[in-house]
Amino acid sequence: MNRPVGLVGGRESEAAATNPGGAAPTTRRGTELLMLAFAAVIMTGALVLVDANQEQELTLAIVWYGLAYLGIFAAAHLAVRRWAPYADPLILPCVALLNGIGLVMIYRIDLALAERATQVGRDFTGVAPRQVMWTVLALALFLAVLMVIKDHRTLTRYSYTAGLIGLVLLALPAVLPSAISEVNGAKVWIKFGLFSIQPGEFAKILLLIFFASFLVAKRDLFTVAGKRVLGVELPRARDLGPIIIAAGVCLGIFVLQKDLGPALLFFGVVLMLLYVATERFIWVAVGLSMFGAGCLLAYTLFTHVEQRVANWIDPLETYDEPGGGYQVAQALFGLGTGGVMGTGLGAGRPETVPEANTDFILAGIGEELGFIGLAAVLMVYLILGMRGMRGALAVRDTFGKLLGGGLAFALVMQVFVVAGGVTKLIPMTGITSPFLSYGGSSLLANYILVALLLRISDAARRPQPQARQRPQQQQPPIAEAHTVMVQAPSAGGGVGESDLPPAPPPPPPNGSGPATYPGPGSDGAPAPGPATPSNRGGHSGAANGTSNGPGADSAGGTDHGNGTEGESKA
Amino acid sequence: MNTPLRRVGLTMLAMVVLLLANATYIQVVKAEDYRDDSRNQRQLLYEYSRERGQIVSQFGGTILAQSSKTNDRLQFLREYRNGPMYAPITGYYSWRYGSAGIERAKNDILTGEDARLFVRKLSDIITGRDPRGGHVQVTIDPTVQQAAYEAMTSRGFTGSVVALKPDTGEILGMVSTPSYDPNKLASHDGNKQEQAWASWNCDTSAPNCNHNNPMRNRAIQETYPPGSTFKLVVTAAALEDGATADTPVESASNVVLPGTNNITLENFAGATCPGSTLKDALAYSCNTAFAKLADELGAQKLRSTAKQFGIGMDDLSIPLDVEESHLGPLDSSAVLYQSGIGQRDVRLTPLQDAMLAATIANDGIAMKPQLVKELLAPDLSTLEEFDPEELTGERALSSENADVLRDMMIASEANTSGEGKRSDLTIASKTGTAEHGNDPKNTPPHAWYTAFAPAEDPQVAVAVIVESGGDRGLAATGGTVAAAIGRLTIDAALGEG
Repeated sequence: MNRPVGLVGGRESEAAATNPGGAAPTTRRGTELLMLAFAAVIMTGALVLVDANQEQELTLAIVWYGLAYLGIFAAAHLAVRRWAPYADPLILPCVALLNGIGLVMIYRIDLALAERATQVGRDFTGVAPRQVMWTVLALALFLAVLMVIKDHRTLTRYSYTAGLIGLVLLALPAVLPSAISEVNGAKVWIKFGLFSIQPGEFAKILLLIFFASFLVAKRDLFTVAGKRVLGVELPRARDLGPIIIAAGVCLGIFVLQKDLGPALLFFGVVLMLLYVATERFIWVAVGLSMFGAGCLLAYTLFTHVEQRVANWIDPLETYDEPGGGYQVAQALFGLGTGGVMGTGLGAGRPETVPEANTDFILAGIGEELGFIGLAAVLMVYLILGMRGMRGALAVRDTFGKLLGGGLAFALVMQVFVVAGGVTKLIPMTGITSPFLSYGGSSLLANYILVALLLRISDAARRPQPQARQRPQQQQPPIAEAHTVMVQAPSAGGGVGESDLPPAPPPPPPNGSGPATYPGPGSDGAPAPGPATPSNRGGHSGAANGTSNGPGADSAGGTDHGNGTEGESKA
Repeated sequence: MNTPLRRVGLTMLAMVVLLLANATYIQVVKAEDYRDDSRNQRQLLYEYSRERGQIVSQFGGTILAQSSKTNDRLQFLREYRNGPMYAPITGYYSWRYGSAGIERAKNDILTGEDARLFVRKLSDIITGRDPRGGHVQVTIDPTVQQAAYEAMTSRGFTGSVVALKPDTGEILGMVSTPSYDPNKLASHDGNKQEQAWASWNCDTSAPNCNHNNPMRNRAIQETYPPGSTFKLVVTAAALEDGATADTPVESASNVVLPGTNNITLENFAGATCPGSTLKDALAYSCNTAFAKLADELGAQKLRSTAKQFGIGMDDLSIPLDVEESHLGPLDSSAVLYQSGIGQRDVRLTPLQDAMLAATIANDGIAMKPQLVKELLAPDLSTLEEFDPEELTGERALSSENADVLRDMMIASEANTSGEGKRSDLTIASKTGTAEHGNDPKNTPPHAWYTAFAPAEDPQVAVAVIVESGGDRGLAATGGTVAAAIGRLTIDAALGEG
């Protein structure tokens, strides 16, 4: 509203330019396959190094492992080729590389732990084979998601269901008795005899789906300005409800699960979604102050939080205390010993750090591959996040933008929380490194996340085959339907502005937006605009229209669902 | 909504940049601190993977510690022959508890990390031989060490014996009892290490904890009130101040501490001193004489002589770090009175006490005590040989005065009881019976004996301390408890044990 229109408009068109809307886009599957092969070479090389340094017998088996790994990801590649041909070509290779490095590290730590076990005469079974099994399962799930969800907008139909299941999954370990939910002091598990899962990992995605579609439907609510204080428009008090609920839930989970990691992640992602949906930074400010207050409260109320903070400030000081800084200190020792170049894969002592193959796997990588290796891994995460974000920027529907952006942000945020904890940037919280850490739940959930990112990036780049798309293509810079809406009456004066909700003069006749622009008969029909001729109604209509744009043929039902939701709530 | 998305993208970028900056700080700037932290066992584990050098004696090449090949991942097991006997010298080498003693002080040589071994290491890598560590040859004489250790342990004494070669400072023997077996800490079995460590380091107030700090190297890490052995320093200071053997001194059975309300300082058993010269005072260890003498000399003179003996040196390393021996604050006459007889706040390590005798034996020049004779490359070629070094570069007392003091000590030895006297050997000695604790009169005293022999051509200087009266309780004296051990040690050093 207050922003210079031209600037935003310019950026929007830039975004559209990167989006290959007009010219027939290449699928770039070849690039993906090449990069996957590259990842396989790195993974095989890493395996050779580990075996050489650990004085294991070097056999041809390693080549087979490498080929098997390549085979598994080639299958994933073929699935992408078949079901998401226009998906971003770098996402899958990044994931494959991280997963491969993770497998090698887990195998490497297995060797060390087995050695230790032999020394004290205990039995030890490595977990690497299990992680391989989880990888295969995760890839199967990945394929299933790509196959079943042909259009990400279908998900909006199940948003409330997703939200409910997500909340239940999230809260379940907290309310279950400790005996079946507590591991190492954190109540984030559900143990089923042979294996255990961390439902929070799945809840992460389900809640993201819920929040994204909820915000698409309701974002006007959050953009109504309240009082102006010191030049800052504060949100109306009653609109604070959802964020207070989110904060409360996070705090509750945190207290009950004795684990800050998941709560921090959720809250961060909710804030991010709220900010993107409303474009109002005040939400972030409000959320951060709530977070700060919550942290302060937790610090004064709970000794284990106090301990964590003490461990963070100086882990060497609290080294010998029970629950003290031993673990973080050992991670720092490992990182320091690794230095810039690292000790070499298989030549360090990553197993010295407790939880070396889960939460602290980055410490092992930093030790054996050095700062260079750690930085490389972080960069791969960043590339992964940025490619996801790119898909979100380019995709044409609001829900896709929110979901894609949220998933990409959640991934990087999770990396920040765990890597920051390991390297003593922030207090340590129990959370896994996506794709690297040992753990089925984390792997399965993150593969779902990636499948969704691929789906969104596919939607973003997929050319519109229908003839009725042509008119849209003749206006190349326009990526969003609402842009069209405003453009029509005001002759290009406010490109992109219509997305900012309480545009004072009720824009064009609400019905005209959806009706003139995408024009797919079935989609235009439920146009909720006319039904609710208020600003809000107009906007949910606009949002709705937005999602109609791309892939209209496959997503008719989606829009119905979305539309009706918007209507009923308006 | 692309603008906020872009901003979120920038935030993601910023988060990763922050992580990278922090990782740089941890892995580049602070890397060395973390790498060298004593609790970081990675370096130690790395060291285990190659053959660690031996610790051998300069006499007959007796092996104190060596590494032998094993079948497990740690590859080499550290073995200590006569572990408890040599533990104060070798220290231990444990992957769980770090290291101590020569194992710690000369770690670079033993692992082969030392810069002087670099070329050899390189050629080892090229020729495909496993890199090995260098060896450390220590000055210890196994005969002396064994005699002293067995003399202490057979009597069940807690304490320490130190034997020095007066003209070079070489440490011939360094015993601390009770001792511990470093083999247990070198075990590759973590549980064994843990049990051993716990049994030697538990909180002594806890039930089931029954030990007497066996891992403390009493010879250099513990300071004790030296009692009458400190009279050697006071006498040296007096002689340097112009006194002679015949200078008359106080001989009363007790003196009142100046500035106090009738608090007296008595001679041993409340006796009057049998003589009234300085020589008699030392020979009979008359407290009143030395109390007054110390006060007359004053803090400054006392300190400057003590300094030349090595007292007050806070950076002595042999190359194991030696606790500082000190006089305490000599801030009043009363304090000087008590300090003059080696009580109050005067504290010496057993090594320092041996250095008193060694300095007098070496014509008044203190030599820097040394435990390492030679550093050897893996192929036994010499890397570095240690030369005798004067401790401070200044005499503690003149050669003539040293002779005078020696004669006084011979007279003192004549008045000293205890077993092991020989008619064919002249020993110059001084005993000490040091009170300590909160209730000194009812706490068994520490028994001291410091001596050198043969008096006419000193080959060895020893100091013995037996904590808390040994087997004699309150009746213990330096002569009755410690002297016999000192004489046995001297005999062993002179090759007649």
